Amino acid sequence: MAQNKLIVSLSPHDHAKDSVSKIMFGVVIAMIPALLVSVYFFGLDAIRVNLIAIAACIFFEWIIQKFLLKGEVTITDGSAIVTGMLLAFNVPSNLPWWIIVIGAIVSIGVGKMSFGGLGNNPFNPALVGRVFLLISFPVQMTSWPKVQVLNFAMTDAQTGATPLAIVKEGIKNGESFSSIINNLPTSYSDMFFGQMGGSLGEISAIALIIGGLYMLYRKIITWHIPVSIIATVAIFTGILYGINPDKYADPLFHLLTGGLMLGAIFMATDMVTSPMTSKGMIIYGVGIGVITVLIRVWGAYPEGVSFAILIMNAFTPLINYYIKPKRFGEIVKK
Amino acid sequence: MDIILNTLITLSLLGAVLAVILYVVAQKFKVYEDPRIDVVEALTPGANCGGCGLPGCRGFAEACVKAETLDGLFCPAGGNETMKKIAEALGLTTVEAEPKVAVVRCNGTHEKRNKTTYYDGPSSCAIEHSLYMGDTDCAYGCLGLGDCVAKCTFDAMYMDKESGLPMIDENKCTACGACVKACPRKIIELRNKGKKNRRIYVSCVNHDKGADARRACGAACIACNKCVKTCPYEAIVIENFCAYIDFEKCKLCRKCVAECPTGAILEVNFPPRKEKVENAEETAVS
Amino acid sequence: MLKTFPKGGVHPHENKFSAGKSIETIELPKQVSIPVSQHLGAPAQPVVNKGDEVKVGQLIAKSAGFISANIHSSVSGKVSKIEKILDSTGYKQTAIIIDVEGDEWLPEIDRSTELVEDIEKFTAEEIRAKVAEAGIVGLGGATFPTNVKISIPQGKVCENLIINAVECEPYLTSDHQLMLEKSDEIIVGARLLQKAAGAKKIYIGIENNKPDAIELMKKKAAKYQYIEVVALKVKYPQGGEKQLIKAVVNREVPSGGLPVDVGCVVQNVGTAYAVYEAVQKNKPLIERVVTVTGKSVSKPSNFLVRIGTPVSNLIEKAGGLPEDTGKIVNGGPMMGKAVKDLSIPVTKGTSGILIIKSDEAKRPKTYNCIRCARCVFVCPMGLEPYLIKNMATVGMYEELQNERVLDCMECGSCSYGCPAGVPLLDYIRLGKTNLNKILRSKKS
Repeated sequence: MAQNKLIVSLSPHDHAKDSVSKIMFGVVIAMIPALLVSVYFFGLDAIRVNLIAIAACIFFEWIIQKFLLKGEVTITDGSAIVTGMLLAFNVPSNLPWWIIVIGAIVSIGVGKMSFGGLGNNPFNPALVGRVFLLISFPVQMTSWPKVQVLNFAMTDAQTGATPLAIVKEGIKNGESFSSIINNLPTSYSDMFFGQMGGSLGEISAIALIIGGLYMLYRKIITWHIPVSIIATVAIFTGILYGINPDKYADPLFHLLTGGLMLGAIFMATDMVTSPMTSKGMIIYGVGIGVITVLIRVWGAYPEGVSFAILIMNAFTPLINYYIKPKRFGEIVKK
Repeated sequence: MDIILNTLITLSLLGAVLAVILYVVAQKFKVYEDPRIDVVEALTPGANCGGCGLPGCRGFAEACVKAETLDGLFCPAGGNETMKKIAEALGLTTVEAEPKVAVVRCNGTHEKRNKTTYYDGPSSCAIEHSLYMGDTDCAYGCLGLGDCVAKCTFDAMYMDKESGLPMIDENKCTACGACVKACPRKIIELRNKGKKNRRIYVSCVNHDKGADARRACGAACIACNKCVKTCPYEAIVIENFCAYIDFEKCKLCRKCVAECPTGAILEVNFPPRKEKVENAEETAVS
Repeated sequence: MLKTFPKGGVHPHENKFSAGKSIETIELPKQVSIPVSQHLGAPAQPVVNKGDEVKVGQLIAKSAGFISANIHSSVSGKVSKIEKILDSTGYKQTAIIIDVEGDEWLPEIDRSTELVEDIEKFTAEEIRAKVAEAGIVGLGGATFPTNVKISIPQGKVCENLIINAVECEPYLTSDHQLMLEKSDEIIVGARLLQKAAGAKKIYIGIENNKPDAIELMKKKAAKYQYIEVVALKVKYPQGGEKQLIKAVVNREVPSGGLPVDVGCVVQNVGTAYAVYEAVQKNKPLIERVVTVTGKSVSKPSNFLVRIGTPVSNLIEKAGGLPEDTGKIVNGGPMMGKAVKDLSIPVTKGTSGILIIKSDEAKRPKTYNCIRCARCVFVCPMGLEPYLIKNMATVGMYEELQNERVLDCMECGSCSYGCPAGVPLLDYIRLGKTNLNKILRSKKS
């Protein structure tokens, strides 16, 4: 006993043994179904993009922490892997490697480390990178390769537009929604399983939902954000569809296409940039849903999930300030 | 050509209109401020340390300008020189204050004060103090986590790795008192800088009975009364089992330092002693 | 659906190793040190001097104020000295140290194990007086003087007496075992408390991880229509007064209020037993049941211990101190206090001694807060621990008061669940202490 000093600390003396890295690797595991689907449809290109993005994110985080901030290096906590994977999920599978690296620099350098690293970033780092790329390299970022089942040859695949872009373009040209959707090569069930053009991680709704359920089970996310986003988009587009089914796409189309599922389940639920209370989470989710539909229907871009999430990220501190949890014994004693 | 001309004209007109609006608004909502406030503020060190007890240097300047006398207003960071300048600028007089310096009254180095437990928690004295007496047996001494160092705006403090105690750079210390407020154990005291920067103080605040204090720390004041008896100027009092030297009465004769059996009384900036006394001190420590 | 409180809470591993171990009486130590402050409120005033002979049950320190409690000698012998010793908080405080000689009890104490049931003999006032005389305090750990709690202030009515047998702290089993062995006495004690407080109904709240106790108490309580045993879902911190009231009778104690504001009084089972002994057997509070447990302890046990026995004696009895001990906790793992030294005595508030292995004793490494909101979701009081921590760090005390930091009961759920390992409660406590200081100085 004499040589072993007793430890003293304040209560509690027990800990749930959960950690940041466990959470981050939980998210990585949850993203694996979507990754497999993307490999199935886009071939080895999907793996190439993922590996480059992850490696670049980890590398830049290490460089910045080690040489710029000269602080503790925390690349093992897995947050850079999550950022890298999310960035890869948000770009087309045929993106040149140097654009991915630029995306990683912006994600990690601007989106995360410039604010003080994990936990201090107001915006989702992967989305910051993605939006930067979308604005800087619009051509490369919107030439989506056509899906080819289990094609592992690294050939230049044909490119085409996403269903969202086709519909937006068609409605702009005065065609009715029903005629556009009938001419689409992809049916709704194809969209549900992922057989459509798009960023490599966003195509399969089912794989993303499986990942979301896993995260719910692990208690990494709560139901509030995904459910409120999806419900808002469904209701809002449902109203529009009810008003004029020719001019507006139906709710199911909006839910299955584009990055909505990826955004609602993986991007908006990012702990750091989402509100802290359940009420706040629902307001945040509704906000994302509304802005997404506004951009999709009336905006210049066919897709608006990334912008919607970034805009609501900016509102998160305000939501945290005004929305308080229900206190126990609310009535203050006089 | 037309486009350039049109642009130039439009922008110039716009600029002129806005300038007029701005001028009107600025005149209308002008808040009168005594120009002397700026003058006085320029004289302060501008460190915003809060040592004067007012919110920043501007607050101090406002208070100086408003006040009729400068009694009770003192800028510890700037010292007498600054106060003299401020008094001159305002046409007032100021009383010269004895310059002070912060003093850490704990000498419980790692050597002299054994760690009995291992503290596992945030590196903050305030938190460690909120429940435990710390990782040693002394409930009064320095916790060594550096809350005071963190609060020092003048870079005058640092933690000494060897002893585990905070050290004060007396040349940089302005006696603003931020560390005094930060210390949860009230160890740090502002004392007169003394003639030729010479100071004598009891470096211990342990109020336990002598035997207990001694057990906890080799450098503790054990309230043995020897210093009180030795002091020719009645500058030392023992209260609650701990000696305290009143710096107003102390004449820096150094007799008590040699008397102290635990070496709890420290002298600073004195020339080395004669052989005889040094030996006495050594035996006392060992 | 089992009842529980609605908001927040966590599920720590229960680790009730000492469950079902019958209560062993521990032999008398050679010397006991009885602190004069074993309760909330003013320390008691010693009424014995060095060299005095004392008997078991004799008053040695008198209650000094409205919120204070009497202290009795737990042994017979000679007062060797009155001096400051280390207590469980890590600070020194006055204690009466008695050298044990023999085991001579005061004659009026009834030491038989026979059940006495003379509730009619006493008026409510007499019961309260006896409880105060016996120096009984809340034995769940908060050590609030019981007589003060059951003296209902004017204008208030106590409808429900809730007996807290939840024992939601992991590891601890002393209340559980006491229920299994002294169920009849506890029922009598609860009825005495009911009479003293003037309550109409008694609820006994037990968590569902103690089915044997629930069954036994239900059987014993069947005779009385006004006693109801409520099985509760296992969830920490259900033993918190406000949470228990919410779970059992679905009333919410207002912020800054007391249970009696919603017509409830909560008492621990151990307290009910102590009240029984004090009123029916004239026995003051001189011993209590203490669980000694831990993953590395060879014989996790429940002991009946005289107040003032050094903790080291208990650990010796439970198989000695394991090699790789990292931390010793006075109380449970969630709210207990880590002790500095094994010489500290068992006091009225010691419900258990927990020995934690060195590899589990260290806190996890602290990372940046990742704003995962778990602390907000688990806080049973609906506070925002992450925000309070930040405010306490920079000293925004006015805002802290608006964030209702004083509602925090320090259950530790936030620190327990934090994936970034941030010791939230440490900072919250700091904020509370400093805010209280400011409020006190404003008042005066």
